[in-house]
Amino acid sequence: MPDAPAPPGVLAAWRAHPAASRIGVALVAVALLALPFALAGVGTAWVRITNLAILFVLLSLGLNIVVGFAGLLDLGYIAFYAVGAYVYALLASPHFNLHLPFWAILPLGALVACIFGVLLGTPTLKLRGDYLAIVTLGFGEIIRIFLNNLSQPVNITNGPQGITLIDPFRIGSFSFAQPQSVAGLTFSGPIKYYYLLLLVLVAVVVLNLRLQDSRIGRAWEAIREDETAARAMGINTRNMKLLAFAMGASFGGVAGGMFSAMQGFISPESFVLVESVNVLAMVVLGGMGNIFGVILGAILLSFVPEVLRYTVGPVQMQLFGRTLIDPEVIRMLLFGFTLVLMMLFRPAGILPSATRKRELESKRTA
Amino acid sequence: MSAAAADSAAPVLLEAVGIAKRFGGVQALSDVGFSIRRGEIYGLIGPNGAGKTSLFNVLTGIYDADGGRFVFDGTPLEGLKPNEVAARGIARTFQNIRLFANLTALENVMIGRHVRTRATVFGAIFRDARTRAEEAAIAERSYELLRYVGVQTRANDLAKHLAYGDQRRLEIARALATDPKLLALDEPAAGMNATETATLRALLERIRADGTTILLIEHDMKLVMSVCDRVLVLDYGRRIAEGPAAVVQKDERVIAAYLGGDASLNLKGAA
Repeated sequence: MPDAPAPPGVLAAWRAHPAASRIGVALVAVALLALPFALAGVGTAWVRITNLAILFVLLSLGLNIVVGFAGLLDLGYIAFYAVGAYVYALLASPHFNLHLPFWAILPLGALVACIFGVLLGTPTLKLRGDYLAIVTLGFGEIIRIFLNNLSQPVNITNGPQGITLIDPFRIGSFSFAQPQSVAGLTFSGPIKYYYLLLLVLVAVVVLNLRLQDSRIGRAWEAIREDETAARAMGINTRNMKLLAFAMGASFGGVAGGMFSAMQGFISPESFVLVESVNVLAMVVLGGMGNIFGVILGAILLSFVPEVLRYTVGPVQMQLFGRTLIDPEVIRMLLFGFTLVLMMLFRPAGILPSATRKRELESKRTA
Repeated sequence: MSAAAADSAAPVLLEAVGIAKRFGGVQALSDVGFSIRRGEIYGLIGPNGAGKTSLFNVLTGIYDADGGRFVFDGTPLEGLKPNEVAARGIARTFQNIRLFANLTALENVMIGRHVRTRATVFGAIFRDARTRAEEAAIAERSYELLRYVGVQTRANDLAKHLAYGDQRRLEIARALATDPKLLALDEPAAGMNATETATLRALLERIRADGTTILLIEHDMKLVMSVCDRVLVLDYGRRIAEGPAAVVQKDERVIAAYLGGDASLNLKGAA
């Protein structure tokens, strides 16, 4: 009997075609490096929109660990984003008159978010599916309500007014908020942040790929598939689930810290339930469990509403000579409609995870 | 008969004393005791609902026993969680196959290696030499086990797309991946045809020959009688007979339990 080929893996394909992969990656890298200047040509707003989109990619990748890998439905994920954002804001703003450097607070924010992840994970270890979703949803709301109300008796979060004048990232005299000219190119604040975000994103993607294709990633997938069988095979499901919550939360925390610094202002309003749902939609739309699918989902869901914002009005003007429906209204309508169509025609997501793809292939050859 | 293959003086691997389990008003197990010797294939039979699977679930930590204790390899198994039981060296399969359906056959077996490997999150992220060596060893050993049970040609197919008999054997491979001292099989021949059962029988003999003790729940009496050294018979959660297959087969209480010699025991026997 002929031996089957070596095990497939996300990274195995890369090793199998090193030359082609390298050329592809180089092209993508050049495109990504040139992107902010192209966008700045259209309008600086687009660089900011791209930066926010990358933040959402980071969030989706974090949530993907919890939902996509370990199969734990988390509807309160934005809470970790909030925790990371507030840790940064409190330690780098005039609010407490603390101005710690970002490279110290960002990891701290990740750590605090990680602790909150474990805090959420511990009481929910025995819950699955709908019940877990309800508890996590409640958790997300609790965090937001705390942020809203922790302004008295001691003013910690400044309540609904939020925290203003948050420090941008700064290394010595190099600030991410100031424009700078290098070799005839003008690097505006958002463009600098873009490169930083890109760097973090690459690190997070590599980290996710490696986690998925490891002993830990397999244990998560086993729990997702059949928790009882996973336990019987010797997997400590309690620790593995907590680990998934903790890892996912840390990513949220890092993204939150960067959000704080980029915006310079945060308030509890940025961390409402709809944001959790939005991130979950990105994960599901892109293809739960598939890292590149999730990235694509996050980019689409971040950009489509923005593109619609700038096109719906002018298109109406051109077709009817006047604006019939308020662009703000129709934009979300179109967005929702797209989501419904997506789920009807590609229920497994734009890029289904490898296992689902294999499933389709085996159906075809059967 | 393979009964001769067992050394009746071999040391005891698993000893059960007075195991009891109650579900609401149903006494699923009462005062069940037995001992399995190292290197033995020990059969566990009884009519449907006799408590065989309950005994498995208590042994592997899925249920807590209401009474009694297990001593495995010299140490008691009390209060252990299923994953801890697996770490101690008891691996099991399930009556209604519980593979990781959307993962490949190979990945299923690789997950079985989890408990015998040590890579942490940091190892997974940084991919140090030790982790890479461990990953390679996991893949190699898993593939070897697929070959051992004879499903290596389906290594990269999803578990749920394997033929029924292959799924049963894959589940055995996954259990073997945990390096068990005791392999507990819950009706591995269920739904198999005669050829598949013959292959399974050869596999069981081979596993035993390679040093793993087997506890076997099975309804296929031909298989039980030909492969088991000793057999324990349960009925209504009680032990009604134990001994070499040939002796148990002729036990009046066993015949009664299976064929309904007594009106109160008139169950639909599976024999």
